[in-house]
Amino acid sequence: MKKVFFSLLALVATFSLSAQGKFFSKDANVAFDANSPLEKIEGKTNKGTLVIDAATGKVESAVLIKGFHFKSALMEEHFNENYMESGKFPKSTFAGDITNFSSVNLKKDGTYPIQIKGNLTMHGVTKPVEAKGSLVVKGGAITNGSAAFKVLMADYGIAIPAAVKDKIAKEAKIDISAALQKLVK
Amino acid sequence: MKNKLLLFVLPLSILATQSFAQGSLLDELGKDEETIEYAKYSFKTNRIINMHSLENTAEGVLDMKISHRFGTIDEGFYDLFGLDAATQRIGLDYGITDNLTVGVNRNSVRKAFDGFVKYRVLRQSTGKVNMPITLSVLSSMAIETQKWSDPTRENYFSSRLFYTHQLLIGRKFNDAFTLELAPTVVHRNLVATKAEKNTVLAMGIGGRVRLNRRTTFNAEYIYVLPNQLADNYKNSLSIGFDIETGGHVFQLHFTNSTSMSEYSYITQTDANWGKNAIRFGFNVSRVFTMYDAKKRKK
Repeated sequence: MKKVFFSLLALVATFSLSAQGKFFSKDANVAFDANSPLEKIEGKTNKGTLVIDAATGKVESAVLIKGFHFKSALMEEHFNENYMESGKFPKSTFAGDITNFSSVNLKKDGTYPIQIKGNLTMHGVTKPVEAKGSLVVKGGAITNGSAAFKVLMADYGIAIPAAVKDKIAKEAKIDISAALQKLVK
Repeated sequence: MKNKLLLFVLPLSILATQSFAQGSLLDELGKDEETIEYAKYSFKTNRIINMHSLENTAEGVLDMKISHRFGTIDEGFYDLFGLDAATQRIGLDYGITDNLTVGVNRNSVRKAFDGFVKYRVLRQSTGKVNMPITLSVLSSMAIETQKWSDPTRENYFSSRLFYTHQLLIGRKFNDAFTLELAPTVVHRNLVATKAEKNTVLAMGIGGRVRLNRRTTFNAEYIYVLPNQLADNYKNSLSIGFDIETGGHVFQLHFTNSTSMSEYSYITQTDANWGKNAIRFGFNVSRVFTMYDAKKRKK
């Protein structure tokens, strides 16, 4: 009988291990930055989605390209029509792992630097990327997450015409940050 | 026996937890909330060539347009295929909201000033709201300020006025193709002969085909219903390309119309495509963002 109890305990324990749960946001801030010394090219959206699985250290994110807002309507049109071709490729996604997730102690409040490795899909092209970021742990939960990516436009088949090559950075910065909630089934 | 139970339960429980980890994490968030997705960028600018397109000037954006129409090409090299003669138009369009555009223009043909108000009533969209078409209303008024042809006659100021009202109905069928229809009424307070109608009905049709990311092929034709204009007036037909280079859109085209004011290219086009009486012309559009509309709304 005792052993049945222990086996049930073991069952609960393994569940609770994963019951550290998943943390998500549906209103993550995503900033796309291709600033050059000549022109400020910055798009922002607060409609990104982000999920972190605290059991495995897996992380996934998605954002709608059309949701990005630029300070000029024309820049926004060019971003959608000429560069990202959002009609054809409406979504950009990332799926990967937090490689140093073991160093994040969910029982101890604090801000933990993280390293992320995974695949970024943009403009219909999927490429491996690495990023640095941080996680904020508070009260046994991951309350905030952020990461910064650097991507070469050329890697994703985004051509910058010669006429504007000095105005657009060849390497774009993509920053994502979100306040996270626990995913309740 | 009970040890065996443990051995059985443990892997099962691990299996159970792992089954959660299968598939995409994003899928677990459930479906995205449905939003309204507007069909944007049906044309590169708010004009097809002479005609207004389905697009409005975005809120807080000032669009300066400089347009020329040259002489007819049928004189050949003598006047460099029409380049010796040019009519000009300079105009400013401004987006008060994303759906409301106003504009003022000065056209060298008959020294006409005109102003317009364009309001988008319906906007093509999918998703939460499924709207198959875009519908805009355009009202424009023009004043011809050139000297009276016969100053000895009693001339009224009202005789200088022209009105054009248009519905712009169209659909962006896909990224490549947009089509637009424009039922039109033009009212002229003064006409040259009794045979000409003061109020003229017409139907405009226009569209574009996107050739690549930065170039489109555009065409428009305005069919004026018969027996309303004097015989020498022809229907306006224009074909051309939109070429976009960063901040500018260049519209290069061939047309048989001289004027770029609504009332005038619809009712005063007198050149004939059939006799090579076509002209080269261009519109250059340059936009200036006066303020960031979305930021202000926050």
